[in-house]
Amino acid sequence: MSLQTSSKLEKVLAAGHLAVTSECGPPRGCDGSVIEAKANLIKDCVDAINVTDNQTSVVRLCSLAACIRIKQMGLEPVLQMVTRDRNRIAMQSDILGAASFGINTMLCLTGDHQRFGDHPNSANVFDLDSTQLLQTVRKMRDEGKLLSDFEMKDPPRMFVGAAANPFADPFEIRVPRLAKKVAAGAQFIQTQCIYNMKKFKEWMKLVRDRGLHEKVAILAGITPIKSVGMAKYMKNRVAGLDVPDEIIKRIGGVPKENQAEEGIKLAVEQIRELKEEEGIRGFHIMAIEWEEKVPEIVERAGLHPRPKTSD
Amino acid sequence: MIKAIGKPLEEIVEMIGDSKKVLIAGCGGCVTVCEAGGDKEVKVLASSLRLYYANAGEEKELNEATVTRQCDVEYLNELSEIVDKCDVVVSLACGAGAQYMAERYNDKPVFPGVDTCFIGVNLERGVYSERCQACGKCILASTGGICPVARCSKRMLNGPCGGSEGGKCEVDKDIDCGWHLIYERLKTLGQLDRFEIPVDPKDWSTSRDGGPRKIVREDIKI
Repeated sequence: MSLQTSSKLEKVLAAGHLAVTSECGPPRGCDGSVIEAKANLIKDCVDAINVTDNQTSVVRLCSLAACIRIKQMGLEPVLQMVTRDRNRIAMQSDILGAASFGINTMLCLTGDHQRFGDHPNSANVFDLDSTQLLQTVRKMRDEGKLLSDFEMKDPPRMFVGAAANPFADPFEIRVPRLAKKVAAGAQFIQTQCIYNMKKFKEWMKLVRDRGLHEKVAILAGITPIKSVGMAKYMKNRVAGLDVPDEIIKRIGGVPKENQAEEGIKLAVEQIRELKEEEGIRGFHIMAIEWEEKVPEIVERAGLHPRPKTSD
Repeated sequence: MIKAIGKPLEEIVEMIGDSKKVLIAGCGGCVTVCEAGGDKEVKVLASSLRLYYANAGEEKELNEATVTRQCDVEYLNELSEIVDKCDVVVSLACGAGAQYMAERYNDKPVFPGVDTCFIGVNLERGVYSERCQACGKCILASTGGICPVARCSKRMLNGPCGGSEGGKCEVDKDIDCGWHLIYERLKTLGQLDRFEIPVDPKDWSTSRDGGPRKIVREDIKI
């Protein structure tokens, strides 16, 4: 397979390695060193670092600026972009700006509704949805054209991905929806965090039945649980997350001071189990405000050292 | 039809302020159907205001009138005599009717007595639900007759998002997931093949994004 971009993630996947990505949430202020500190915590154990785009609709330092910082550290950022806050003019403009700094990997998302954030009275945009943003990035790259059909002299070369949530309803729509994102141009997928392994494997089987695992690189989403409180919160309060009771029992079944270690242990077990699952091409580790634990998880899961790629 | 809901009495009192002669103007169109601004609601509001001002010891003259529609100038013309003798008008029509009233009687302050909410249907008496956002380019033919622009909280054209749970929207458990409904309907119609084809970015220029809109029908103009 010939490479279409200079994305390190694309190279790692093309070489047949299991890829590892993680993510940094930017701060709610303008101290850019927070990003650098977080990136430094995980840089040696991942291939690329996602930067979230005002996740949960809370205003944060912008993803693009944070990605530029990470790029300037000599690391590989994945620019997350949600369609909630910007129209097609602003998003295409940001993609060009990102590419001008050598950012070459993107994750296209629709984004959480602003109802959940710190500005619930704001207007939303949703000029495009995630699928249409994928189409847009691919058109810019493959045809060298903006959505307006304006031909660019120097089109951005983005390796482009999307999210998939096997746990949202209706279940039967989840594989067709993945197929739709693949048809729109997704080259890699980062899944919602997995706790219901049985359901995830059921989804993967349907993915394989349709041969989609050969068309798109699926990175399994892993979020270590810090405490039984966090597990319960995710189960009851976060839409589209499926945390089975046995997970809550397991984390809650150990003394409070050992719950974090139990959460790490669970994450490592999940990765080890999914390494054997046909069609899983890597892992996306979302350690929310717990980035310092990512190296340990990666090592214990047998994913360290990370492969070297040529530039 | 257009759905509206009456404003709180205190807000209307605040708008009327010191004005003495007030016309409460109802509309016989949509706001009558949703029981927010028809003849009945004019009477109820006028009575409530009379009670309020009596308690407050304020002298006010509250006049009542309802026309067939406030979005047609010939019906607004019927009010010229009564509007002339009033200081202000509280229009219980939708935002279009209230504006047309202000346009017709441009030297009178016209206040909205209702909040205009959406284009919707009557689920039952007193329960109304949004169905259309008047985007100007209807796509219902390809979405099983259910509009994702109006019924998906993120107006996704390639939904549902990852927040759909048990057929409900992540925004509120009282909101049905529009894309869950579309999926079920496409299944019923045997049109599921439509679901996997990515829908291209929508042309929003026919929606509010194109600026205030106007329709000119040369074929029926007089």
